[in-house]
Amino acid sequence: MNLFIKILKYELNNIMRSKWVIAYFMFFLVITEVLFRFSGDSSRVLVGLMNIALLLIPLVSIIFGTIHFYNSREFMELLLAQPVKRNVLFSASWLGLVLPLSLAYVMGLALPFLLHGTSDFAPYLILLSSGVILSFIFVGLAFIIALKITEKSFGVGLAFIVWLFFGVIYDGLIMLIIWQFSDYPLEAFMIGISSLNPIDLCRITIMLKFDIAALMGYTGAIFEKFFGSLFGIGIAFSMLMAWILIPYLIAKRLFNKKDF
Amino acid sequence: MPKKIYILFASFFISCIIFFTALSTSNKSEKDVKTTQISLKDLVSNAAPNDTITLNGGYYPESGIEIYKPLTIIGKNDPVIDGQSKGKNIFLIKNDSVSLAGLTIKNVARHALWDNAAIRIDNSHQCKVLNCKFENAYFGIYLAKSSNCEVIGNKFQSQGSHESDAGNGIHLWKSGHIHIKDNVIKGHRDGIYLEFGKACMIENNWSENNIRYGLHFMFSDSCKYLNNHFEHNGAGVAVMYTHDIEMINNTFANNWGTAAYGLLLKDIHDSKIYGNQFVNNTVGIHSEGSIRIKVEHNNFIRNGWGARIFANSNDNFFGSNNFISNTFDIASNSRMNFNKFIGNYWSGYSGYDINLDGWGDVPYRPVRLFSLLASQQEPVMLLLHSIFIEFLDIAERIFPVLTPETLIDSKPSMKIIK
Repeated sequence: MNLFIKILKYELNNIMRSKWVIAYFMFFLVITEVLFRFSGDSSRVLVGLMNIALLLIPLVSIIFGTIHFYNSREFMELLLAQPVKRNVLFSASWLGLVLPLSLAYVMGLALPFLLHGTSDFAPYLILLSSGVILSFIFVGLAFIIALKITEKSFGVGLAFIVWLFFGVIYDGLIMLIIWQFSDYPLEAFMIGISSLNPIDLCRITIMLKFDIAALMGYTGAIFEKFFGSLFGIGIAFSMLMAWILIPYLIAKRLFNKKDF
Repeated sequence: MPKKIYILFASFFISCIIFFTALSTSNKSEKDVKTTQISLKDLVSNAAPNDTITLNGGYYPESGIEIYKPLTIIGKNDPVIDGQSKGKNIFLIKNDSVSLAGLTIKNVARHALWDNAAIRIDNSHQCKVLNCKFENAYFGIYLAKSSNCEVIGNKFQSQGSHESDAGNGIHLWKSGHIHIKDNVIKGHRDGIYLEFGKACMIENNWSENNIRYGLHFMFSDSCKYLNNHFEHNGAGVAVMYTHDIEMINNTFANNWGTAAYGLLLKDIHDSKIYGNQFVNNTVGIHSEGSIRIKVEHNNFIRNGWGARIFANSNDNFFGSNNFISNTFDIASNSRMNFNKFIGNYWSGYSGYDINLDGWGDVPYRPVRLFSLLASQQEPVMLLLHSIFIEFLDIAERIFPVLTPETLIDSKPSMKIIK
């Protein structure tokens, strides 16, 4: 445990000093502030931020995560030569990356909101927590990619493709399915398929907390009914937890078995 | 002499006592009239035609007051007529030239078969209802087959919870030339309802928090709606199967919900919508089968859809409107478009104006691909704000393939139109 904290501390120091995380923090800070200045209305700010967060957090987490893992490879090899358990090293470096990324995002959003105040507290909290959850998920995926693929450029490319799949292509597939099976009642199926993708799941849970849910008509009403119920919230929450845990466990297993 | 003075004194004293007791008894008899109050029904039936009855305060627990002669009833000091949720209509007017003013009428019986009203004006003309208050009425004022009546300055407050157990505030059926002005209507089923009305004038009314529509009319031609305010109604305002109407300077605000519209137009033709405010509605104007409507100088602000125009609407003209911060400015369900959009201001316009004449040099396409897709396949709406959709929209904007080719504003204004 002592060792875990030591490594985590080192990782945190290392990452906090990195310009990337500071730039990431500054970006969210400036964007939130600018949105506030230009629109003033906090629910509009939230919708704008949702768009940016859902696009950027998975992208940055997965790309930065893979690059960071490749870069710290030599350090890991060095540490593994010491009497350090692999489990401990892995968890510490995973947390050491996830925490600063989440913190940068939360701080970047929180400071302007503290300054200007908000009336939409529930959607704001959901936006914050989904950003944090997405960081956790995509860092996990990044570690899997970096562990599976030794070639750095190929790994980063694959990370980009994985992001592209969850962020863009997946929704395209959903649309294709809606078009192809438009004669069938698709609502239940849509609930299932959109909760399989963490980005979609976050997007929909945030949106259902806004007024714009009314625009989504009948399907939106069904979603609201489902995700508004305790059962639906439970499903959404456990789905996201599974999305955090499963990549984490897979990466950990790969790490333990890896022949450095 | 002193004896005489004594007698004089005593007689004066006695006469004083007699005088004052007489005075006090006469006072008492007046009070008795008030406490054992004559019923309003008797007052009405005893009155001669063209009489004026003035009610000075008082409480009348009555309903079913029928008026068969020209009569004026004026309330002073807030007389209350309480139907106690019993019987049918509280007032039933069946003669011309009846006026009611300054009354408070409350607790009309709710009934599934009869449209009980606080005041029902049946087949009568030149009637007036002025400055009355209606509390917990089922139907407030019900005009049937009547004309040239005035409904001015009334307040309606009801507590219906479902469409089935609530009535309309002001209900017109087969009535013409009715002037409805300065009324405030809250908590009814429809605030103002017209069916087969003709040439009515509806102005300065405030209709809010009604269960269904703030204003609802069908088959009511040549009516005018000026300076009304419709806010927070269950489904906004719906107008159907009518022509030659004018809607000027009204406000349609905060009608938000999956089936709520700022203004729903269904089979309306040759009409004018001018100078209205559509703010914060799910749909600003929803148009189905509307023809030759002029929509000018309106503001569409922060609506889900500024205007949703189905392809069966044609020859409509949108000019000099402001479309500001709507999620979608215009939506259509087809590539076909037979409507004209010229000289509007669009906050989503990103073109330029090189010759500085105030009009953008590139046409604006107000229909986003996504809104077109969503109106064809509703579940697609679930992808709102998805990155994929943003990409698709950008691609479509650069090279339009699917959105209506002719639905463009070829002369978008660079500045907000005042």
